[in-house]
Amino acid sequence: MSSVAITPERPNYLNQEYGVRSWLLTTDHKRIGLLYLMSITFFFFIGGFFALLIRLELLTPAGDLVLADTYNKLFTMHGQVMVFFFLVPSIPAVLGNFLVPIMIGAKDLAFPRINLLSWYVYMVAGLIMLHCILIGGADTGWTFYTPFSTAFSHASVIEAGVSIFIAGFSSILTGLNIVVTVHRMRAPGMTWSRLPLFVWSQYATSIIMLLGTPVLAITLLLVVFERAFNLGIFDPNRGGDPLLFQHLFWFYSHPAVYIMILPAMGVVSEVVACFTRKRIFGYSAMATAVIGIAVLGFLVWAHHMFVAGISLYSALVFSLLSYFVAVPSAVKVFNWTATMYKGSIKFTTPMLYAFGFIGLFTMGGLTGLFLACLGVDVHVTDTYFVIAHFHYIMVGGAVMGYLGGLHYWWPKISGRMYPESWGRLAALIVFLGFNLTFFPQFVLGYLGMPRRYWQYPQEFQVLNILSTAGATILAVGYVLPMIYFVWSMRYGKIADGNPWHAAGLEWMTPSPPPTFNFDETPVVTWEAYNYEEIPAPEEVRIER
Amino acid sequence: MPEHSMTEDSTSHHSEHVLPTGLYWAIWAILICLTFFTAWIATVDLGWLNPVVALLIASFKALVVILYFMHVKYTSEKLTKTVGLATLFWLALLLFLTLTDYATRGVPS
Amino acid sequence: MSDSPAVLDHHNPELRHHFADMGQQKNAASLGMWLFLGTEVMFFGGMFLAYLIYRRWYYPEFVVASNSLNLPIGAANTAILICSSLSVALAIRAAQTNKRVQTVVMLVLTLVFGLAFLGVKAKEWHDKFVEHHVPGTSFHFEGSMPGHPEAKINPAHAQVFFSMYFAMTGMHALHMIIGVGIFLWLIYQAWKGRFNSEYYTPLENSGLYWHFVDIIWIYLFPLFYLIDRHK
Repeated sequence: MSSVAITPERPNYLNQEYGVRSWLLTTDHKRIGLLYLMSITFFFFIGGFFALLIRLELLTPAGDLVLADTYNKLFTMHGQVMVFFFLVPSIPAVLGNFLVPIMIGAKDLAFPRINLLSWYVYMVAGLIMLHCILIGGADTGWTFYTPFSTAFSHASVIEAGVSIFIAGFSSILTGLNIVVTVHRMRAPGMTWSRLPLFVWSQYATSIIMLLGTPVLAITLLLVVFERAFNLGIFDPNRGGDPLLFQHLFWFYSHPAVYIMILPAMGVVSEVVACFTRKRIFGYSAMATAVIGIAVLGFLVWAHHMFVAGISLYSALVFSLLSYFVAVPSAVKVFNWTATMYKGSIKFTTPMLYAFGFIGLFTMGGLTGLFLACLGVDVHVTDTYFVIAHFHYIMVGGAVMGYLGGLHYWWPKISGRMYPESWGRLAALIVFLGFNLTFFPQFVLGYLGMPRRYWQYPQEFQVLNILSTAGATILAVGYVLPMIYFVWSMRYGKIADGNPWHAAGLEWMTPSPPPTFNFDETPVVTWEAYNYEEIPAPEEVRIER
Repeated sequence: MPEHSMTEDSTSHHSEHVLPTGLYWAIWAILICLTFFTAWIATVDLGWLNPVVALLIASFKALVVILYFMHVKYTSEKLTKTVGLATLFWLALLLFLTLTDYATRGVPS
Repeated sequence: MSDSPAVLDHHNPELRHHFADMGQQKNAASLGMWLFLGTEVMFFGGMFLAYLIYRRWYYPEFVVASNSLNLPIGAANTAILICSSLSVALAIRAAQTNKRVQTVVMLVLTLVFGLAFLGVKAKEWHDKFVEHHVPGTSFHFEGSMPGHPEAKINPAHAQVFFSMYFAMTGMHALHMIIGVGIFLWLIYQAWKGRFNSEYYTPLENSGLYWHFVDIIWIYLFPLFYLIDRHK
């Protein structure tokens, strides 16, 4: 039975100040995390809306719902919004902002005002993107390939490019803040080897943000200038090289996928440790692996260009390097599994999402190796095989990690528990809906259905119908948490400081935490994941 | 007192090196001379060495600005040097890995 | 003891509440600026890559186009920027030694040098505009292959040179303009006496930014102005 809703009277970051100004001018990293939560949820639904339109069009082989040009805009805007306005900021800007200072025992991030600035920059970029969508959007694919984007497209390419250019700054500022915070503001005794793996993964993600995003920025700027001022840098008729654009674009956009997955891996480490009541197996290997992924991720970008016209020798080099980057990811999957061995497993909602992540990320990652093989890639590149591959990682992996993290830390963020049985139900719906949506796409791609096509041969229809059905189920799975999270803020069971009996400094503060996180700066004398010292909860009671 | 010296990375009140004015002027003189030298030597035919010399001089000037004007030679912070070297390494990655493609492809006619 | 540096720090009005002491704050700010400069290196790096590719592909046109730039003006501009780096280094030193007026004077000098550079750049760009060397519909460039007066170069390839020239010197100039804005603010703060031996972090970090912009130009100068100048 849910308890009577009583607002906690103890001062915390939520009730310390009221009013719109106190939120819009806040420098509290926790409030800024929530501002981001609102914004990225909004863009998630915008991107999801485009996905539903795509899946509706693909119910029938004929192009009968929208025009071909419109379809190009649909998949472009779906990709751009989902990648730049949802996935890239999601965990770092929401959970990273909220948790990293608390996890290391600090009062805030190193640069609180820059943190707020990063949100405003994101919002400006978002408004420009919304306007771009309203006037028709870009139609180049999220990849902006030249010379179509620079010389032939009649759509709003410049506006989309400018919007993403500005969003990149938000990313850079967030990354900068986190790196400086982790280096300079750890509490006494919080050595690097005692950091939660979530912090390690945020740190590695931030390194990628800092090193990669600027290259995307200059690339998009060059596209915008070329289009606006009729330059010829990427125009083959005037001596330009379209492949140069692709090299520059993918130099960021491949590491970008690691920006999107590493934070989710950090979440999984925290959740798996807590709900197996064990320290993560192989802590050093796990920390080294996230740094390894961040570094190796920069060495593989041309595997997106195998059939684009790069030299065979270059393709061989990048293919080999792409195999290497899978190794640290595999290490992580093995170590999570080893952690669970002889653990005391509780199938709470976050743990369900973690299981989902491990299985689906593995499938996505393995199919990535198929694509890294030159001989296979020639056949399946630019087909639905690729689409299935990256959605297994981005949706089956990153989004599930994000949802798992939201559920795990919801009591800390809001002071309330979400309803556990609804949480489990939604997780199951997401898992089923996801697989029904995307597994058929592996088959479709293998059978030869190209991506970004608005109509397709009759023989592919059944699989497309399955995929669309799955997408509808998936949508239900995503809407449910929106509803019960909001519900829980008023009617959810009041959470104490550590409802999961988890390890970590964030669980040693009240729920929700006070504005300055700690009344006294903690002095850390224990290793991370010291579950042998923490008594387990008797059970996780299922609330209605 | 828990507030003092949070981490091993922060140092409170280490005295920042105040470099002598003469040193700054000396660096300035080196940079000016090298500028005019590089402009002059570009007019001398050294064949394939011309761009090499130009870039070496430019890199030496950059190094001197970094070490002395930007105080990197005098900082006790290892992290500053690490950031600088990592950045250069990443730039090298961008340039050289891309060149594996361009160096093994023909030049358009 | 009772007057540890950390305690004294708490009386420093510049200490932000989430830092334990001024040392931690300064180190954080410094690391932040160095990381930001790292991102700037990658930002310009993309353009350096494009330059490298096209210089390799269209070397003869790059030679001819480079020779159309004014070498003495370019060298003089390089010297101006070097002077501005000296003045900002001296400004920081003046703050370190509590000389408020000298700090302001050096900062003003830096600003003057920076504006001089921008003025010269504007003149160079204007000359290019007049000669129809600006890429776009009115671009017009003629020249012969170096050493072969009868063979004409491909003007499209020369246009690539000028696209890179305007993109890179333009981006550099934009960074200088931002720097000018920063220094205007610094001059005002220094005049009000905000910087002294205890606190000059904004000065130091702005100096780092300024030196970085100088270093970019140190590379741009030989890459654009000094290609095969002996022919």
